[in-house]
Amino acid sequence: MAYSEKVIDHYENPRNVGGFDKNDPTIATGMVGAPACGDVMKLQLKIDANGIIEDAKFKTYGCGSAIASSSLVTEWVKGKSIDEAVLIKNTDIAHELALPPVKIHCSILAEDAIKAAVADYKSKHNQ
Amino acid sequence: MSDIKLPIYLDYSSTTPVDPRVAAKMAECLTTEGNFGNPASRSHRFGWVAEEAVDIARNQIAELVNADPREIVFTSGATESNNLAIKGAANFYGKQGKHLITVKTEHKAVLDTCRQLEREGFEVTYLTPEPSGLLDLDKLVAAIRPDTILISVMHVNNEIGVIQDIAAIGEICRSRKILFHVDAAQSTGKVKIDLQELKVDLMSFSAHKTYGPKGIGALYVSRKPRVRLEAQMHGGGHERGMRSGTMATHQIVGMGEAFRLAKVEMAAENERLLMLRNRLWDGIKDIEAVYINGDMESRVAANLNVSFAYVEGESLIMALKDMAVSSGSACTSASLEPSYVLRALGLSDELAHSSIRFTMGRFTTEAEIDYIIGVIHNAIDKLREMSPLWDMYKEGIDLSTVEWAHH
Repeated sequence: MAYSEKVIDHYENPRNVGGFDKNDPTIATGMVGAPACGDVMKLQLKIDANGIIEDAKFKTYGCGSAIASSSLVTEWVKGKSIDEAVLIKNTDIAHELALPPVKIHCSILAEDAIKAAVADYKSKHNQ
Repeated sequence: MSDIKLPIYLDYSSTTPVDPRVAAKMAECLTTEGNFGNPASRSHRFGWVAEEAVDIARNQIAELVNADPREIVFTSGATESNNLAIKGAANFYGKQGKHLITVKTEHKAVLDTCRQLEREGFEVTYLTPEPSGLLDLDKLVAAIRPDTILISVMHVNNEIGVIQDIAAIGEICRSRKILFHVDAAQSTGKVKIDLQELKVDLMSFSAHKTYGPKGIGALYVSRKPRVRLEAQMHGGGHERGMRSGTMATHQIVGMGEAFRLAKVEMAAENERLLMLRNRLWDGIKDIEAVYINGDMESRVAANLNVSFAYVEGESLIMALKDMAVSSGSACTSASLEPSYVLRALGLSDELAHSSIRFTMGRFTTEAEIDYIIGVIHNAIDKLREMSPLWDMYKEGIDLSTVEWAHH
Protein backbone atom coordinates (compact mmCIF):
# COMPACT_ATOMS: atom_id res chain seq x y z
CA MET A 1 0.00 0.00 0.00
CA ALA A 2 1.29 3.44 -0.89
CA TYR A 3 1.02 5.87 2.02
CA SER A 4 0.75 9.63 1.67
CA GLU A 5 3.78 11.73 2.56
CA LYS A 6 1.98 13.07 5.63
CA VAL A 7 1.34 9.56 6.99
CA ILE A 8 4.95 8.63 6.42
CA ASP A 9 6.13 11.83 8.09
CA HIS A 10 4.01 11.20 11.20
CA TYR A 11 5.07 7.56 11.23
CA GLU A 12 8.78 8.34 10.87
CA ASN A 13 8.65 11.31 13.27
CA PRO A 14 5.69 10.72 15.57
CA ARG A 15 4.73 13.78 17.62
CA ASN A 16 4.15 13.55 21.36
CA VAL A 17 4.81 9.87 21.98
CA GLY A 18 4.59 9.05 25.66
CA GLY A 19 2.23 9.27 28.59
CA PHE A 20 1.22 10.96 31.83
CA ASP A 21 0.24 9.57 35.23
CA LYS A 22 -3.34 8.45 34.71
CA ASN A 23 -4.19 9.00 38.38
CA ASP A 24 -3.32 12.71 38.21
CA PRO A 25 -6.67 14.61 38.32
CA THR A 26 -5.57 16.96 35.51
CA ILE A 27 -4.94 14.01 33.19
CA ALA A 28 -7.61 12.51 30.92
CA THR A 29 -6.99 9.06 29.46
CA GLY A 30 -8.76 7.45 26.52
CA MET A 31 -7.90 3.96 25.32
CA VAL A 32 -9.77 2.57 22.33
CA GLY A 33 -9.51 -0.37 19.93
CA ALA A 34 -8.53 -3.97 20.54
CA PRO A 35 -5.39 -5.99 19.85
CA ALA A 36 -7.40 -8.60 17.95
CA CYS A 37 -8.53 -5.90 15.53
CA GLY A 38 -4.95 -4.81 14.98
CA ASP A 39 -5.06 -1.42 16.64
CA VAL A 40 -5.12 0.04 20.13
CA MET A 41 -4.77 3.79 20.77
CA LYS A 42 -4.05 5.40 24.10
CA LEU A 43 -4.48 9.17 24.15
CA GLN A 44 -3.74 11.26 27.25
CA LEU A 45 -4.59 14.93 27.68
CA LYS A 46 -3.32 17.35 30.32
CA ILE A 47 -6.14 19.77 31.06
CA ASP A 48 -5.88 23.04 33.00
CA ALA A 49 -8.45 24.53 35.40
CA ASN A 50 -10.22 26.35 32.55
CA GLY A 51 -10.76 23.14 30.59
CA ILE A 52 -8.00 23.96 28.06
CA ILE A 53 -5.80 21.13 26.81
CA GLU A 54 -2.24 22.08 27.72
CA ASP A 55 -0.50 18.99 26.47
CA ALA A 56 -1.24 15.66 24.80
CA LYS A 57 0.60 12.34 24.52
CA PHE A 58 -0.17 9.11 22.74
CA LYS A 59 0.86 5.50 22.36
CA THR A 60 -0.50 3.38 19.53
CA TYR A 61 -0.30 -0.25 18.53
CA GLY A 62 -1.42 -0.37 14.95
CA CYS A 63 -0.63 0.25 11.32
CA GLY A 64 1.08 3.34 9.95
CA SER A 65 -2.24 5.14 9.44
CA ALA A 66 -3.28 4.47 13.03
CA ILE A 67 0.01 5.83 14.35
CA ALA A 68 -0.22 8.89 12.07
CA SER A 69 -3.86 9.56 13.04
CA SER A 70 -3.07 9.55 16.74
CA SER A 71 0.09 11.59 16.28
CA LEU A 72 -1.90 14.19 14.34
CA VAL A 73 -4.65 14.54 16.95
CA THR A 74 -2.11 15.19 19.71
CA GLU A 75 -1.03 18.24 17.67
CA TRP A 76 -4.57 19.34 16.90
CA VAL A 77 -6.02 19.16 20.42
CA LYS A 78 -3.32 21.22 22.10
CA GLY A 79 -4.65 24.68 23.01
CA LYS A 80 -8.25 23.66 22.40
CA SER A 81 -10.89 23.46 25.12
CA ILE A 82 -12.26 19.99 25.76
CA ASP A 83 -15.55 21.08 24.21
CA GLU A 84 -13.73 22.13 21.04
CA ALA A 85 -11.61 18.99 20.97
CA VAL A 86 -14.61 16.66 20.81
CA LEU A 87 -15.70 18.48 17.64
CA ILE A 88 -12.71 17.08 15.72
CA LYS A 89 -14.17 14.77 13.10
CA ASN A 90 -12.64 11.62 11.67
CA THR A 91 -13.24 13.03 8.19
CA ASP A 92 -10.93 15.99 9.01
CA ILE A 93 -8.21 13.55 10.11
CA ALA A 94 -8.69 11.32 7.07
CA HIS A 95 -8.61 14.35 4.76
CA GLU A 96 -5.49 15.85 6.34
CA LEU A 97 -3.59 12.53 6.09
CA ALA A 98 -5.09 11.57 2.71
CA LEU A 99 -6.08 8.18 4.10
CA PRO A 100 -7.32 5.65 1.55
CA PRO A 101 -10.86 4.25 2.12
CA VAL A 102 -9.57 1.03 3.73
CA LYS A 103 -7.82 3.11 6.42
CA ILE A 104 -10.76 5.34 7.39
CA HIS A 105 -11.28 3.21 10.49
CA CYS A 106 -7.94 4.52 11.81
CA SER A 107 -9.27 8.09 11.76
CA ILE A 108 -12.51 6.95 13.42
CA LEU A 109 -10.44 5.36 16.17
CA ALA A 110 -8.53 8.63 16.70
CA GLU A 111 -11.80 10.56 17.00
CA ASP A 112 -13.06 7.95 19.47
CA ALA A 113 -9.85 8.31 21.49
CA ILE A 114 -10.46 12.04 21.99
CA LYS A 115 -14.06 11.40 23.03
CA ALA A 116 -12.98 8.63 25.42
CA ALA A 117 -10.34 10.87 27.02
CA VAL A 118 -12.81 13.75 27.48
CA ALA A 119 -15.39 11.35 28.94
CA ASP A 120 -12.73 10.10 31.38
CA TYR A 121 -11.98 13.69 32.42
CA LYS A 122 -15.64 14.49 32.93
CA SER A 123 -16.21 11.39 35.02
CA LYS A 124 -13.15 12.24 37.14
CA HIS A 125 -14.62 15.69 37.78
CA ASN A 126 -18.24 14.55 38.04
CA GLN A 127 -19.31 16.77 35.18
CA MET B 1 27.82 -1.89 3.65
CA SER B 2 28.64 -0.57 0.22
CA ASP B 3 27.91 -3.93 -1.38
CA ILE B 4 24.29 -4.00 -0.12
CA LYS B 5 21.54 -2.91 -2.45
CA LEU B 6 18.32 -1.75 -0.78
CA PRO B 7 15.67 -2.93 -0.35
CA ILE B 8 16.91 -6.42 0.47
CA TYR B 9 14.74 -9.16 -1.02
CA LEU B 10 13.71 -11.70 1.65
CA ASP B 11 10.47 -12.93 0.12
CA TYR B 12 11.71 -15.90 -1.92
CA SER B 13 8.65 -17.98 -0.95
CA SER B 14 6.51 -15.41 -2.69
CA THR B 15 8.53 -15.65 -5.86
CA THR B 16 12.16 -15.93 -6.93
CA PRO B 17 14.05 -14.00 -9.58
CA VAL B 18 14.74 -16.03 -12.71
CA ASP B 19 18.28 -17.38 -12.55
CA PRO B 20 20.34 -15.64 -15.30
CA ARG B 21 21.30 -19.08 -16.65
CA VAL B 22 17.59 -19.87 -17.00
CA ALA B 23 16.80 -16.53 -18.63
CA ALA B 24 19.53 -17.15 -21.23
CA LYS B 25 17.97 -20.49 -22.22
CA MET B 26 14.52 -18.94 -22.44
CA ALA B 27 15.71 -16.11 -24.66
CA GLU B 28 16.80 -18.72 -27.22
CA CYS B 29 13.17 -19.77 -27.75
CA LEU B 30 11.48 -16.57 -28.85
CA THR B 31 12.62 -14.85 -32.04
CA THR B 32 13.08 -15.78 -35.71
CA GLU B 33 16.68 -16.78 -35.03
CA GLY B 34 15.58 -18.88 -32.08
CA ASN B 35 13.52 -21.97 -31.33
CA PHE B 36 10.10 -20.33 -31.76
CA GLY B 37 8.17 -23.15 -33.46
CA ASN B 38 5.04 -24.82 -32.14
CA PRO B 39 6.04 -28.13 -30.51
CA ALA B 40 2.80 -29.63 -31.84
CA SER B 41 3.75 -28.91 -35.47
CA ARG B 42 4.65 -32.31 -36.90
CA SER B 43 5.18 -31.30 -40.52
CA HIS B 44 8.38 -29.22 -40.35
CA ARG B 45 11.68 -28.70 -38.68
CA PHE B 46 10.53 -25.71 -36.59
CA GLY B 47 8.05 -27.93 -34.81
CA TRP B 48 10.49 -30.80 -34.39
CA VAL B 49 13.21 -28.76 -32.69
CA ALA B 50 10.65 -27.11 -30.43
CA GLU B 51 9.28 -30.52 -29.48
CA GLU B 52 12.79 -31.71 -28.74
CA ALA B 53 13.37 -28.72 -26.42
CA VAL B 54 10.11 -29.52 -24.60
CA ASP B 55 11.13 -33.18 -24.27
CA ILE B 56 14.48 -32.21 -22.76
CA ALA B 57 12.76 -29.93 -20.27
CA ARG B 58 10.24 -32.64 -19.39
CA ASN B 59 13.15 -34.97 -18.67
CA GLN B 60 14.88 -32.37 -16.49
CA ILE B 61 11.72 -31.90 -14.42
CA ALA B 62 11.17 -35.65 -14.13
CA GLU B 63 14.79 -36.12 -13.03
CA LEU B 64 14.52 -33.68 -10.13
CA VAL B 65 11.62 -35.68 -8.65
CA ASN B 66 12.62 -39.14 -9.97
CA ALA B 67 9.52 -39.61 -12.11
CA ASP B 68 8.93 -40.85 -15.64
CA PRO B 69 8.83 -37.89 -18.06
CA ARG B 70 5.51 -39.23 -19.40
CA GLU B 71 4.07 -38.51 -15.94
CA ILE B 72 4.68 -34.75 -16.27
CA VAL B 73 1.80 -32.58 -17.54
CA PHE B 74 2.59 -28.92 -18.15
CA THR B 75 0.21 -26.31 -16.76
CA SER B 76 0.28 -22.55 -16.20
CA GLY B 77 1.46 -22.95 -12.60
CA ALA B 78 0.81 -24.67 -9.30
CA THR B 79 -2.64 -23.09 -8.93
CA GLU B 80 -3.76 -24.70 -12.17
CA SER B 81 -2.03 -27.96 -11.23
CA ASN B 82 -3.92 -28.03 -7.92
CA ASN B 83 -7.20 -27.33 -9.70
CA LEU B 84 -6.55 -29.99 -12.33
CA ALA B 85 -5.47 -32.58 -9.76
CA ILE B 86 -8.30 -32.10 -7.29
CA LYS B 87 -11.21 -31.27 -9.61
CA GLY B 88 -9.94 -33.64 -12.28
CA ALA B 89 -9.72 -36.56 -9.85
CA ALA B 90 -12.96 -35.71 -8.04
CA ASN B 91 -14.85 -35.46 -11.33
CA PHE B 92 -13.37 -38.70 -12.64
CA TYR B 93 -13.75 -40.76 -9.46
CA GLY B 94 -16.86 -39.01 -8.10
CA LYS B 95 -18.98 -42.11 -8.65
CA GLN B 96 -16.80 -44.05 -6.19
CA GLY B 97 -17.16 -41.53 -3.39
CA LYS B 98 -17.84 -37.93 -2.56
CA HIS B 99 -15.44 -37.29 0.34
CA LEU B 100 -12.08 -35.47 0.30
CA ILE B 101 -9.67 -34.62 3.10
CA THR B 102 -7.27 -31.68 3.26
CA VAL B 103 -5.67 -29.40 5.86
CA LYS B 104 -6.61 -25.90 7.03
CA THR B 105 -3.10 -24.61 6.33
CA GLU B 106 -3.12 -25.50 2.62
CA HIS B 107 -2.67 -22.85 -0.03
CA LYS B 108 -5.84 -21.10 -1.20
CA ALA B 109 -5.49 -22.85 -4.56
CA VAL B 110 -6.28 -26.10 -2.75
CA LEU B 111 -8.79 -24.72 -0.22
CA ASP B 112 -10.83 -22.74 -2.74
CA THR B 113 -10.84 -25.67 -5.15
CA CYS B 114 -12.24 -27.85 -2.35
CA ARG B 115 -14.86 -25.19 -1.58
CA GLN B 116 -15.93 -25.29 -5.22
CA LEU B 117 -16.27 -29.08 -5.06
CA GLU B 118 -18.42 -28.69 -1.95
CA ARG B 119 -20.76 -26.53 -4.00
CA GLU B 120 -20.87 -29.35 -6.55
CA GLY B 121 -21.97 -31.92 -3.98
CA PHE B 122 -18.70 -33.22 -2.54
CA GLU B 123 -17.90 -33.26 1.17
CA VAL B 124 -14.54 -32.03 2.43
CA THR B 125 -12.90 -32.48 5.84
CA TYR B 126 -10.44 -29.71 6.72
CA LEU B 127 -8.01 -31.03 9.33
CA THR B 128 -6.48 -28.74 11.95
CA PRO B 129 -2.70 -29.22 12.19
CA GLU B 130 -0.81 -29.43 15.49
CA PRO B 131 0.55 -26.15 16.93
CA SER B 132 3.84 -27.05 15.19
CA GLY B 133 2.05 -26.87 11.85
CA LEU B 134 2.55 -30.61 11.29
CA LEU B 135 -0.30 -33.01 10.75
CA ASP B 136 -1.07 -35.65 13.39
CA LEU B 137 -1.37 -38.77 11.24
CA ASP B 138 -3.72 -40.46 13.71
CA LYS B 139 -6.15 -37.60 13.19
CA LEU B 140 -5.80 -38.05 9.44
CA VAL B 141 -6.57 -41.76 9.70
CA ALA B 142 -9.54 -41.01 11.94
CA ALA B 143 -10.98 -38.65 9.31
CA ILE B 144 -10.93 -41.27 6.55
CA ARG B 145 -14.35 -42.61 5.52
CA PRO B 146 -15.36 -45.48 3.23
CA ASP B 147 -16.27 -42.90 0.58
CA THR B 148 -13.01 -40.91 0.82
CA ILE B 149 -11.54 -40.66 -2.69
CA LEU B 150 -8.75 -38.11 -2.33
CA ILE B 151 -6.44 -36.66 0.32
CA SER B 152 -4.55 -33.46 -0.46
CA VAL B 153 -1.67 -32.38 1.80
CA MET B 154 1.01 -29.86 0.87
CA HIS B 155 4.67 -30.83 1.09
CA VAL B 156 6.12 -27.55 2.39
CA ASN B 157 3.94 -24.80 3.82
CA ASN B 158 4.38 -21.43 2.14
CA GLU B 159 4.08 -19.34 5.31
CA ILE B 160 5.90 -21.35 7.97
CA GLY B 161 8.04 -23.67 5.84
CA VAL B 162 7.19 -26.87 7.74
CA ILE B 163 7.61 -30.15 5.87
CA GLN B 164 4.77 -32.67 6.14
CA ASP B 165 5.56 -36.38 6.26
CA ILE B 166 4.27 -37.18 2.78
CA ALA B 167 6.00 -40.59 2.81
CA ALA B 168 3.88 -41.74 5.75
CA ILE B 169 0.71 -40.11 4.45
CA GLY B 170 1.31 -41.83 1.10
CA GLU B 171 1.41 -45.24 2.81
CA ILE B 172 -1.84 -44.47 4.63
CA CYS B 173 -3.53 -43.50 1.36
CA ARG B 174 -2.16 -46.28 -0.84
CA SER B 175 -3.10 -49.05 1.61
CA ARG B 176 -6.69 -47.76 1.52
CA LYS B 177 -6.74 -47.10 -2.24
CA ILE B 178 -7.30 -43.39 -1.70
CA LEU B 179 -5.67 -40.97 -4.15
CA PHE B 180 -2.98 -38.75 -2.65
CA HIS B 181 -2.29 -35.27 -4.05
CA VAL B 182 0.64 -33.17 -2.85
CA ASP B 183 1.11 -29.46 -3.54
CA ALA B 184 4.89 -29.28 -3.90
CA ALA B 185 5.11 -25.68 -5.13
CA GLN B 186 7.33 -24.74 -2.18
CA SER B 187 9.49 -27.84 -1.95
CA THR B 188 11.29 -28.31 -5.29
CA GLY B 189 14.96 -27.56 -4.88
CA LYS B 190 14.51 -27.42 -1.10
CA VAL B 191 13.54 -30.98 -0.16
CA LYS B 192 14.51 -34.20 -1.93
CA ILE B 193 11.55 -35.73 -3.76
CA ASP B 194 11.65 -39.32 -5.00
CA LEU B 195 8.40 -40.26 -6.69
CA GLN B 196 9.60 -43.84 -7.27
CA GLU B 197 9.64 -44.23 -3.49
CA LEU B 198 6.80 -41.95 -2.43
CA LYS B 199 3.24 -43.27 -2.69
CA VAL B 200 2.04 -40.05 -4.27
CA ASP B 201 -0.47 -40.08 -7.14
CA LEU B 202 -0.57 -36.41 -8.05
CA MET B 203 1.97 -33.68 -7.33
CA SER B 204 1.82 -29.99 -8.26
CA PHE B 205 4.91 -28.00 -9.24
CA SER B 206 5.63 -24.35 -9.93
CA ALA B 207 8.62 -22.93 -11.83
CA HIS B 208 8.79 -19.46 -10.32
CA LYS B 209 9.40 -20.61 -6.74
CA THR B 210 12.55 -22.36 -7.96
CA TYR B 211 14.27 -19.62 -10.04
CA GLY B 212 12.24 -20.34 -13.17
CA PRO B 213 9.71 -18.07 -14.89
CA LYS B 214 6.16 -17.28 -13.74
CA GLY B 215 3.28 -18.68 -15.75
CA ILE B 216 4.49 -22.25 -15.98
CA GLY B 217 4.08 -25.27 -13.76
CA ALA B 218 3.44 -28.96 -13.99
CA LEU B 219 1.35 -31.73 -12.55
CA TYR B 220 2.80 -35.17 -11.93
CA VAL B 221 0.19 -37.79 -12.77
CA SER B 222 1.24 -41.29 -11.72
CA ARG B 223 1.25 -44.05 -14.36
CA LYS B 224 1.79 -46.94 -11.91
CA PRO B 225 -0.78 -47.12 -10.48
CA ARG B 226 -2.49 -45.30 -13.30
CA VAL B 227 -4.36 -42.19 -12.22
CA ARG B 228 -7.10 -40.77 -14.44
CA LEU B 229 -8.25 -37.18 -14.51
CA GLU B 230 -11.08 -35.36 -16.16
CA ALA B 231 -9.57 -32.51 -18.18
CA GLN B 232 -10.43 -29.00 -17.03
CA MET B 233 -9.14 -27.32 -20.20
CA HIS B 234 -10.42 -28.68 -23.49
CA GLY B 235 -9.00 -28.14 -26.96
CA GLY B 236 -6.29 -29.67 -29.10
CA GLY B 237 -5.70 -32.63 -26.84
CA HIS B 238 -2.20 -31.63 -25.75
CA GLU B 239 -0.52 -33.36 -22.79
CA ARG B 240 -2.34 -36.63 -23.52
CA GLY B 241 -5.66 -34.87 -23.39
CA MET B 242 -5.23 -33.75 -19.79
CA ARG B 243 -4.38 -30.13 -20.56
CA SER B 244 -4.97 -28.60 -23.96
CA GLY B 245 -3.24 -25.44 -25.09
CA THR B 246 -0.14 -24.68 -27.17
CA MET B 247 3.03 -25.60 -25.29
CA ALA B 248 4.83 -22.42 -24.15
CA THR B 249 8.28 -23.53 -25.31
CA HIS B 250 10.28 -20.71 -23.70
CA GLN B 251 8.47 -21.13 -20.36
CA ILE B 252 8.87 -24.91 -20.41
CA VAL B 253 12.56 -24.67 -21.33
CA GLY B 254 13.00 -22.19 -18.48
CA MET B 255 11.30 -24.50 -16.00
CA GLY B 256 13.42 -27.42 -17.19
CA GLU B 257 16.68 -25.53 -16.79
CA ALA B 258 15.58 -24.19 -13.40
CA PHE B 259 14.79 -27.69 -12.16
CA ARG B 260 18.06 -29.04 -13.59
CA LEU B 261 19.97 -26.40 -11.64
CA ALA B 262 17.92 -27.16 -8.53
CA LYS B 263 18.98 -30.79 -8.67
CA VAL B 264 22.66 -29.92 -9.14
CA GLU B 265 22.80 -27.19 -6.49
CA MET B 266 20.25 -28.25 -3.87
CA ALA B 267 22.65 -29.79 -1.35
CA ALA B 268 25.13 -26.90 -1.31
CA GLU B 269 22.33 -24.32 -1.41
CA ASN B 270 20.50 -25.85 1.54
CA GLU B 271 23.66 -25.85 3.61
CA ARG B 272 24.25 -22.18 2.86
CA LEU B 273 20.62 -21.19 3.50
CA LEU B 274 20.58 -23.01 6.81
CA MET B 275 23.67 -21.08 7.86
CA LEU B 276 21.97 -17.79 6.88
CA ARG B 277 18.71 -18.71 8.63
CA ASN B 278 20.53 -19.62 11.84
CA ARG B 279 22.56 -16.41 11.61
CA LEU B 280 19.35 -14.38 11.36
CA TRP B 281 17.66 -16.19 14.26
CA ASP B 282 20.80 -15.92 16.43
CA GLY B 283 20.77 -12.19 15.74
CA ILE B 284 17.18 -11.59 16.85
CA LYS B 285 16.31 -14.36 19.32
CA ASP B 286 17.44 -12.26 22.29
CA ILE B 287 14.74 -9.67 21.65
CA GLU B 288 12.14 -10.03 24.41
CA ALA B 289 8.80 -11.73 23.58
CA VAL B 290 9.81 -13.08 20.18
CA TYR B 291 8.41 -16.41 19.02
CA ILE B 292 9.09 -18.74 16.08
CA ASN B 293 6.00 -19.98 14.26
CA GLY B 294 6.08 -23.58 13.06
CA ASP B 295 8.26 -26.58 13.79
CA MET B 296 12.00 -25.87 13.62
CA GLU B 297 13.12 -29.46 12.92
CA SER B 298 10.87 -30.49 10.05
CA ARG B 299 11.29 -27.22 8.17
CA VAL B 300 12.99 -25.96 5.03
CA ALA B 301 16.25 -24.11 5.57
CA ALA B 302 15.15 -20.91 3.87
CA ASN B 303 12.17 -20.00 6.08
CA LEU B 304 11.99 -18.10 9.35
CA ASN B 305 8.55 -16.99 10.54
CA VAL B 306 8.64 -14.92 13.70
CA SER B 307 6.06 -13.11 15.83
CA PHE B 308 7.21 -9.95 17.58
CA ALA B 309 4.62 -9.56 20.33
CA TYR B 310 3.05 -6.15 21.03
CA VAL B 311 4.10 -4.80 17.64
CA GLU B 312 1.57 -4.62 14.80
CA GLY B 313 2.61 -6.30 11.57
CA GLU B 314 1.88 -3.59 9.06
CA SER B 315 3.68 -0.87 11.00
CA LEU B 316 6.55 -3.32 11.36
CA ILE B 317 6.61 -3.82 7.60
CA MET B 318 6.80 -0.01 7.30
CA ALA B 319 9.70 0.10 9.73
CA LEU B 320 11.39 -2.67 7.78
CA LYS B 321 11.08 -0.77 4.51
CA ASP B 322 14.68 -1.59 3.62
CA MET B 323 13.71 -5.23 3.25
CA ALA B 324 11.00 -7.03 1.30
CA VAL B 325 9.24 -9.45 3.68
CA SER B 326 5.65 -10.63 4.21
CA SER B 327 3.43 -10.10 7.20
CA GLY B 328 0.81 -12.36 8.72
CA SER B 329 -1.40 -9.32 8.99
CA ALA B 330 -3.34 -7.85 6.12
CA CYS B 331 -4.75 -4.58 7.42
CA THR B 332 -6.67 -3.67 4.29
CA SER B 333 -10.17 -3.47 5.67
CA ALA B 334 -12.03 -2.42 8.77
CA SER B 335 -12.20 -6.02 9.87
CA LEU B 336 -8.61 -7.03 9.38
CA GLU B 337 -7.76 -10.63 8.67
CA PRO B 338 -4.77 -12.25 10.32
CA SER B 339 -3.07 -15.13 8.52
CA TYR B 340 -5.38 -18.16 8.45
CA VAL B 341 -2.33 -20.41 8.56
CA LEU B 342 -1.09 -18.94 11.85
CA ARG B 343 -4.64 -18.93 13.26
CA ALA B 344 -4.90 -22.66 12.43
CA LEU B 345 -1.78 -23.25 14.55
CA GLY B 346 -3.69 -21.73 17.46
CA LEU B 347 -1.94 -18.36 17.52
CA SER B 348 -3.94 -15.46 18.95
CA ASP B 349 -4.98 -12.74 16.53
CA GLU B 350 -2.42 -10.43 18.15
CA LEU B 351 0.51 -12.77 17.57
CA ALA B 352 -0.68 -13.54 14.06
CA HIS B 353 -0.84 -9.80 13.33
CA SER B 354 2.68 -9.41 14.73
CA SER B 355 4.32 -12.00 12.50
CA ILE B 356 6.90 -11.55 9.78
CA ARG B 357 7.98 -14.20 7.27
CA PHE B 358 11.60 -14.04 6.17
CA THR B 359 12.43 -16.33 3.25
CA MET B 360 15.99 -16.41 1.99
CA GLY B 361 17.25 -17.68 -1.34
CA ARG B 362 19.99 -18.20 -3.88
CA PHE B 363 21.07 -14.57 -3.98
CA THR B 364 20.84 -13.73 -0.25
CA THR B 365 24.20 -12.82 1.30
CA GLU B 366 25.65 -12.92 4.80
CA ALA B 367 26.20 -9.15 4.68
CA GLU B 368 22.48 -8.66 3.97
CA ILE B 369 21.49 -10.80 6.94
CA ASP B 370 23.86 -8.89 9.24
CA TYR B 371 22.41 -5.60 8.00
CA ILE B 372 18.79 -6.58 8.56
CA ILE B 373 19.46 -7.84 12.10
CA GLY B 374 20.35 -4.27 13.05
CA VAL B 375 17.31 -2.85 11.27
CA ILE B 376 14.98 -5.30 13.05
CA HIS B 377 16.35 -4.37 16.48
CA ASN B 378 15.84 -0.66 15.82
CA ALA B 379 12.33 -1.20 14.44
CA ILE B 380 11.17 -3.31 17.38
CA ASP B 381 12.64 -0.81 19.89
CA LYS B 382 10.92 2.11 18.17
CA LEU B 383 7.52 0.46 17.81
CA ARG B 384 7.44 -0.95 21.33
CA GLU B 385 8.34 2.49 22.66
CA MET B 386 5.13 3.60 20.95
CA SER B 387 3.00 0.57 21.89
CA PRO B 388 0.47 0.79 24.75
CA LEU B 389 0.36 -3.03 24.76
CA TRP B 390 4.09 -3.21 25.44
CA ASP B 391 3.61 -0.88 28.44
CA MET B 392 0.83 -3.08 29.78
CA TYR B 393 2.95 -6.19 29.29
CA LYS B 394 5.80 -4.51 31.16
CA GLU B 395 3.39 -3.60 33.99
CA GLY B 396 2.50 -7.27 34.23
CA ILE B 397 -1.05 -6.92 32.89
CA ASP B 398 -2.41 -10.03 31.20
CA LEU B 399 -3.82 -8.65 27.97
CA SER B 400 -6.29 -11.50 27.61
CA THR B 401 -8.07 -10.32 30.77
CA VAL B 402 -8.55 -6.75 29.52
CA GLU B 403 -11.96 -5.75 28.25
CA TRP B 404 -11.34 -4.03 24.94
CA ALA B 405 -13.60 -1.50 23.33
CA HIS B 406 -14.18 -3.28 20.02
CA HIS B 407 -14.99 -1.01 17.16
